[in-house]
Amino acid sequence: MAISLTERAAKRAKSYLKSRGKGVGLKFGVKTTGCSGMAYVLEFVDETSPDYQVFESHGIKILVDPKSLVYIDGTELDFVKEGLNEGFQFNNPNVKDSCGCGESFTV
Amino acid sequence: MALLQISEPGKSTMPHQHRRVVGIDLGTTNSLVASVISGSPTILKQIDGSNLLPSVVHYSKDKILVGKDAKNHLGKDAENTISSVKRLIGKTINDVNKDHFPLNLADGDGVINIKTSMGIKNPIEVSAEILKTLKIVAENKLCGELMGSVVTVPAYFDDAQRQATKDACTLAGLNVLRLINEPTAAAVAYGLDKKPRGCFVVFDLGGGTFDVSILNLSKGLFEVLATHGDANLGGDDFDQAIVNFLNDKYKLNITDIEIQSIVSILAREIKESLSIKKEVEVLKKISGIEIKETFTQEQFKILVKGLINQTLKATKSALHDAKLNNEQIDGVIMVGGSTRMPCIQEAVKNLFKQELHNDLNPDEVVALGAATQANILAGNGQEDLLLLDVTPLSLGIETIGSIVERIIPRNTTLPVAMAQEFTTYKDGQTAMIIHVVQGERELVDDCRSLAKFTLKKIPPMVAGAAKIKVTFQVDTDGLLSVSAEETTTNARATIEVKPSYGLSEDKIKAMLQSSYDLAEEDKASRALAETKVEANQLIELTQKALDTDKDLLSESELTSIKNDLSELIDSLKSSNNDKIKEATKKLNLQSESFAAKRMDRSIQKALTGKSINKLEF
Repeated sequence: MAISLTERAAKRAKSYLKSRGKGVGLKFGVKTTGCSGMAYVLEFVDETSPDYQVFESHGIKILVDPKSLVYIDGTELDFVKEGLNEGFQFNNPNVKDSCGCGESFTV
Repeated sequence: MALLQISEPGKSTMPHQHRRVVGIDLGTTNSLVASVISGSPTILKQIDGSNLLPSVVHYSKDKILVGKDAKNHLGKDAENTISSVKRLIGKTINDVNKDHFPLNLADGDGVINIKTSMGIKNPIEVSAEILKTLKIVAENKLCGELMGSVVTVPAYFDDAQRQATKDACTLAGLNVLRLINEPTAAAVAYGLDKKPRGCFVVFDLGGGTFDVSILNLSKGLFEVLATHGDANLGGDDFDQAIVNFLNDKYKLNITDIEIQSIVSILAREIKESLSIKKEVEVLKKISGIEIKETFTQEQFKILVKGLINQTLKATKSALHDAKLNNEQIDGVIMVGGSTRMPCIQEAVKNLFKQELHNDLNPDEVVALGAATQANILAGNGQEDLLLLDVTPLSLGIETIGSIVERIIPRNTTLPVAMAQEFTTYKDGQTAMIIHVVQGERELVDDCRSLAKFTLKKIPPMVAGAAKIKVTFQVDTDGLLSVSAEETTTNARATIEVKPSYGLSEDKIKAMLQSSYDLAEEDKASRALAETKVEANQLIELTQKALDTDKDLLSESELTSIKNDLSELIDSLKSSNNDKIKEATKKLNLQSESFAAKRMDRSIQKALTGKSINKLEF
């Protein structure tokens, strides 16, 4: 069971956390919705909770709720630039199919 | 694969529902667009990679250029190259001095007409071109259509100028969440809106304009107490001071445009260098004259002393108008590229005897603040939403059985439009009453009635066949418009109401509280109402069937159906959900074989006397 960040993603996350002024880390998860079943959740976390499994990668704490973990175990979060656009991308080995735009997926 | 941004806790959006919003600083000289990306307000870069879009539009016969490309035409084709259009927007020809503009200006029925190679243009259209360019940049960068924008205007803009700015946004296809004052945006960028209260000075010295505003903050809202300034004082005048000095000292030809433009550029370079260095050495040959000079910050300060004093005088006047003295000021914010000059910083610091808010880029601070505000208004931010900008209570319509069907849930960010499809309840129904209600309760009687109107001319069809689309739309001012449309015939009816009218905050709270307290009861009432609707429908159907096809039944069958029917009618008099449900079920079961027989009969009827190949299936 592991969740990780690439170095690039960790660097970005660190600077976002810094400019936000608070937060202990990031929360990864999934929720059931969207045109293809599930969608990713990527949020700042202000307080850790004992219900969450905590991973650490390149100095960034990642919190995952146990229900989500089964869908995203082994995922690596990357930060990519595509032309003018830039943002985070989940490289999730569990994904079987995703909708055209990639905002939601099925496992 | 779509790229994700980090959301605030609990604010992850559903796929395809990201609220992309931007802040726009529509400036006299330059314009900027910014958006909050993963929690940080960020300037969105123009296509050429720069943060600023020069607010210049060039019209040729068949082409419109905006920004840098347009600026290149300023010297060659002044008549068709419009800069500083902000000085014209929302004004009439009588408000402006035509000699100040190298343009063909004329009166155009309340607006100013600008004659260009592409025909007559007005300031709203010109501003819309700038906004369109910013919108394209933002949509490319944010990967999708914008939901809304916050656009800044000077604090002194009057209603006409604000309305004209809004019109320009509409023309550019931008949804304006709100216009906010430039000094307010700057204060938001520095996070001053999070303070409990205070009085702030916003000192805005741009390229060609100077504005100073005094803001009072209370309960998270900024009020502009006073503004002052000079529409024709800016960084360019500081350049000119150096130009004049060089012209004097080196006896340069002041009528030679070419020489003067070289001197101007040199002066600007000197000024900008002096913002980062204590002294600058200049060695340059201009048409045979060698210029050798060492400028120090001290020397520069003496050259521009008059200009600095002008800004201080205006600041003091604004303080006086706001009935405040310099000790009552809780913070001073520096805005505009020209506030980078150390001599300006020093003078303002001395006046207020305190450190300045100057660590954000002064060219960008207004756009960044507007982006923050847009993010809050869209509901993406850390802060809770302002009550004003959401629907305080749910809005819905009455359906059969006096049940409320909610169309816009409470706390939905404005503006919003939502639609739902309804259908007819009875065969041949040609009209439908749309009863608009507000509240959280399940039954119409417990909610607040807002309006009632009738959609007529529904074509007669069997119950459930008509498709009636009811759309609720609430704009930023809280104005609700409801429209109902029968989609096959396009029969339409609409109404407008102001839902918050006459509702106090306490009243809203009370309405919410009762919905929480009575949640269980409401659930039961709704269930009962639904059961009753179903029962009534069954009673009606059974009675109709008995009227036409009674002869299909044996005496005993008829009696038992009639018995069950009256039992159901009786049960309706009580308000016992289970009892009605039970009776409905019983009658349903009892009449099953009757329904089958009726079906057979109608099929027979349809088949009788027709040859097999004429049958339509």
